[in-house]
Amino acid sequence: MIRFDRVFKRYPNGREALAELSFELDSGEMAFLTGHSGAGKSTVLRLIALLERPTRGQVFVNGRNTGTLRRSAIPGFRRQIGIVFQDHRLLDDRPVYDNVALPLAIAGIHRREMDKRVRAALDQVGLLGRERSFPLELSAGEQQRVGIARAVITKPPVLIADEPTGNLDPDLALEVMNLFQRFNAVGVTVLVATHDIHLLERFRVRRVHIEQGRLAGLPHVAA
Amino acid sequence: MSLPDALSILLERHAQALLGSLGRLARQPFATFLTIVVIGIALALPAALYVAVSNMRTVTAGLGDTVQLSVYLRMSTTEAGAKKAAAAIAARSGIQETEIVSPDEGLAEFRRLSGIGDALKALPDNPLPWLVKVRPAPPHDTAAVVENLAADLRKIEDVDQVEADTAWVRRLHAIENTLERLVLLVAAILAAGVLAVVGNTIRLEINGRRAEIEVTKLVGGSNAFVRRPFLYSGLWQGFGGGLLAIVLISAGLMALEPHVAGLAEAYGTTFTLRGLSIREWPAVVGGGAALGFLGAWFAAAYHLRRIEPRA
Repeated sequence: MIRFDRVFKRYPNGREALAELSFELDSGEMAFLTGHSGAGKSTVLRLIALLERPTRGQVFVNGRNTGTLRRSAIPGFRRQIGIVFQDHRLLDDRPVYDNVALPLAIAGIHRREMDKRVRAALDQVGLLGRERSFPLELSAGEQQRVGIARAVITKPPVLIADEPTGNLDPDLALEVMNLFQRFNAVGVTVLVATHDIHLLERFRVRRVHIEQGRLAGLPHVAA
Repeated sequence: MSLPDALSILLERHAQALLGSLGRLARQPFATFLTIVVIGIALALPAALYVAVSNMRTVTAGLGDTVQLSVYLRMSTTEAGAKKAAAAIAARSGIQETEIVSPDEGLAEFRRLSGIGDALKALPDNPLPWLVKVRPAPPHDTAAVVENLAADLRKIEDVDQVEADTAWVRRLHAIENTLERLVLLVAAILAAGVLAVVGNTIRLEINGRRAEIEVTKLVGGSNAFVRRPFLYSGLWQGFGGGLLAIVLISAGLMALEPHVAGLAEAYGTTFTLRGLSIREWPAVVGGGAALGFLGAWFAAAYHLRRIEPRA
């Protein structure tokens, strides 16, 4: 479902983020992407979402070689991927409903259908009834769950998350990770970048560990 | 998805963008008002000039009727010869009316109009020739055609001189044509101004909604989707400017009306100012809306491309 084939990435400022990185994530698999700050975790996610293109090597997502996608095909490609951000990137001047419904508005879904699916998505993250609230009226954990609802509302086959629990206390982090596991249970491929030790110990899922832009052996046995 | 469904979704999305952009403009009434005023004035200027020129045309259109030729016959011509010449003239195509003026009638008229009647009495005999006044029929009454006609009439027997004083009419029409060109020029310059004003407004709007644009692109919004509300925003502002231009012109005409009436009265005529007709309204409003749309399109194409999501 996600495959990196000897990917090398150098940013315009000369920094080499990834060097010969290869790994593969099967359809329906869930994995943690781990490594020190600056190891290249964010770069991996950016390459998957086509926010960046590899300098060398190939990235396959949903069976498509991202290197062959034209610029105009990128929006359609991104709609197949749910993205969750550490700072959740909600629009503070819009109610929860509008934030969650944004991908549906982009996809051109009828209003009736939209209502139904927004409610279903909010129900899944335990926020049913908060449609009219504004993001700043919600707690940090709730905001992150709104971000997750937005990421999954189009039922994407792939879900990626960049430090989704970075700003949350342990209990909330656990809650959010449970959510990811539930989506994975219904067949969604999930890749979560994190360095939260507690989560790594708590959730027995595969780890893709990178160091200095390369796949590395695990610092300690986790599974 | 069936075709009607796809169509209704498309309409729904556009209606949303249309109303959404209107709502956003309404939430910043002062900024929106200023933009609309600038666009309105920019549209009103060429439109007002156009109205002025078309009013001038109305005035000068009546002058076409007064273009006439004075055909002076030789001094030796007799009354019979004059009638024969007049008949020959009337037989030409493009002649509406001919009128024979005898030397005596001519002298009487001259005496009446010139105010030097007593001096004329001193003349031993009448120095005036037989005269045929010729009025060309439309459409042969334009200055250029009348000149040709005059040349033609000179060839008729007994004709001594043909006077067609058309130079001033031609000058007048030349002035009108120049003014018409000026309308186009001013309209073109101010249209560029409207593009720039709308473009700048849209640029500010895009900067203000940067976060939203980035997030929308992150979750798969295409450029067309991101651009749409800005295009409608430009459309609305141009539309509002067009409406304002019509209001400005109507108000201006109302203010001028009594003065024009007074001026016409002083010349012993009546004249009503013609404003923009109902059929010209859509041109002003539609032109404004089109310029707004275009300005927004330029700005959006340029600035949205530079906003790529960070993550």
